[in-house]
Amino acid sequence: MINIIDVWKGFGSNKVLKGVTLKIEKGQTMVIIGRSGCGKSVLLKHIIGLMKPERGKIEVFDNDITRMNEEGMQTIRKRFGMLFQGAALFDSLNVAENVGFFLFEHTSMKKNEIMRIVSEKLKLVGLSGIEHLMPSDLSGGMKKRVGLARAIAASPEIILYDEPTTGLDPILAANINKLIKELQAKLSLTSIVVTHDMTSAYAIADRMAMIYDGKIIEVGTPEKIRNTNNPIVQQFITGSAEGPIISD
Amino acid sequence: MGYLVERIGKKIIVGLDELGRMASLLQQIIVQGAKKPFNAKHFVQQMVKIGVDTLPIVSLMSIFVGMVLGYLAYLQFKIVGLEMYTGSLVAASLTMELGPVLTAIIVSGRIGSSTAAEIGTMKVTEQIDALRTMATDPIKYLAVPRFYAALIMLPILTVFADIIGMFGGYMIGVWKFGIRHQIYIQKSIDFLDPIDIINGLVKTIIFGGLMITISCYKGFTASGGAEGVGQATTSAVVLSIMTVLVSDYLLTMILY
Ligand SMILES: Nc1ncnc2c1ncn2[C@@H]1O[C@H](COP(=O)(O)OP(=O)(O)OP(=O)(O)O)[C@@H](O)[C@H]1O
Ligand SMILES: [Mg+2]
Repeated sequence: MINIIDVWKGFGSNKVLKGVTLKIEKGQTMVIIGRSGCGKSVLLKHIIGLMKPERGKIEVFDNDITRMNEEGMQTIRKRFGMLFQGAALFDSLNVAENVGFFLFEHTSMKKNEIMRIVSEKLKLVGLSGIEHLMPSDLSGGMKKRVGLARAIAASPEIILYDEPTTGLDPILAANINKLIKELQAKLSLTSIVVTHDMTSAYAIADRMAMIYDGKIIEVGTPEKIRNTNNPIVQQFITGSAEGPIISD
Repeated sequence: MGYLVERIGKKIIVGLDELGRMASLLQQIIVQGAKKPFNAKHFVQQMVKIGVDTLPIVSLMSIFVGMVLGYLAYLQFKIVGLEMYTGSLVAASLTMELGPVLTAIIVSGRIGSSTAAEIGTMKVTEQIDALRTMATDPIKYLAVPRFYAALIMLPILTVFADIIGMFGGYMIGVWKFGIRHQIYIQKSIDFLDPIDIINGLVKTIIFGGLMITISCYKGFTASGGAEGVGQATTSAVVLSIMTVLVSDYLLTMILY
């Protein structure tokens, strides 16, 4: 379904991705872990075509999206949902208009039909009845959840989550994990989740991949990752200060 | 010396490069604007915003400019005994030059800055990326309605500026200096050439298009958080005003 082949990307002298290769199967949840600033968000933006790699290829639904123009990408993106790390809610629109944005813009659905879907999705993320609020009236965790509702509103086939549980309290985080799992189970969605939260990573992942120094250094089931021999991965998942990863 | 030449050279290259990118944005705005569907709701919202934000200050400016023009024209004309032409000078200078240019400068200040700030904020908070992930073209969604709203609203505001400014001149000429009402009006109308008025309005359409393209461009290319948005806003206003002044000169040479 998604096939990332030897992708390179840098910003000036800052080389971020140095040959990332990763395959994500249909219906799977892939969790991507790695240190802050290692390029997880950048990788997600490549998968949905917001950034173009300097080298390498990204195949989505059997199309090489690195060769597509913006118009072709729009067709592909209609099958995607994305939750941004900073939620990226449209601050001139209220919550309902944010969540229903895709439906308002790209479907001929009636307004009350869209509003019904909007409140259903808001209920899923535990935020019923806030349709009329503006993004500036929301807390950080609420924004994140509205962003999540927006990402799933149009029933996409692939969802990219950039740190869905960061900034949520443990109970909410567990609820969101449950939601991600349910979506995947019921609708056989393909999900890619970037997270720092190892509990949630183990809970939702079918497979996990770790980025380090611009490459995927390990990929496998949560079980395999947990029992890895790679000292870098070990240090990361146990969150220890001692090990091969030097903090700067 | 070599260093200075190098720096100036670099500036020129960067400037030309930006000019090219702005031209390409303008082209994309026109292409996207021609595609269906047209977002009528945003278009009307933007027209209202331009009107509400700028009409008060445009009115204030034009009444004072009209009064000053009337005052100075009367004093000069009186020396040679031609004070009945006060209205003619006020009307001609407003419709041909001052109305269009001053309105465009005010709109550059108010709408240019808010456009660059709004789009720039959306850029640095990834809202533009979010639009793209939802298969919505940011140029079509954000720039096109603003562009057409500016094209329509600038001439309308300019007509207001012209009329209010002429009224300012009338107040001074007739009420203060006692020129006869009929004469003042008659001489004003005699010197108003419809072609001049239309040329003045054509200018404002071009000013509006350039100003909004520059401001959208500065917004779309903002980077680096709040500070970057601030810079984008300032440079949008400065560049818009400069562009209005330079293009005014060029257009005047072409049109008259
Ligand atoms: N648009 C950009 N322009 C320049 N550099 C960028 C840009 N986006 C990301 N970077 C750089 O790329 C690197 C990776 O950034 P990225 O946001 O992918 O990190 P991340 O792994 O998501 O980190 P975090 O866990 O903190 O979100 C960073 O060094 C960042 O400075
Ligand atoms: Mg990130």
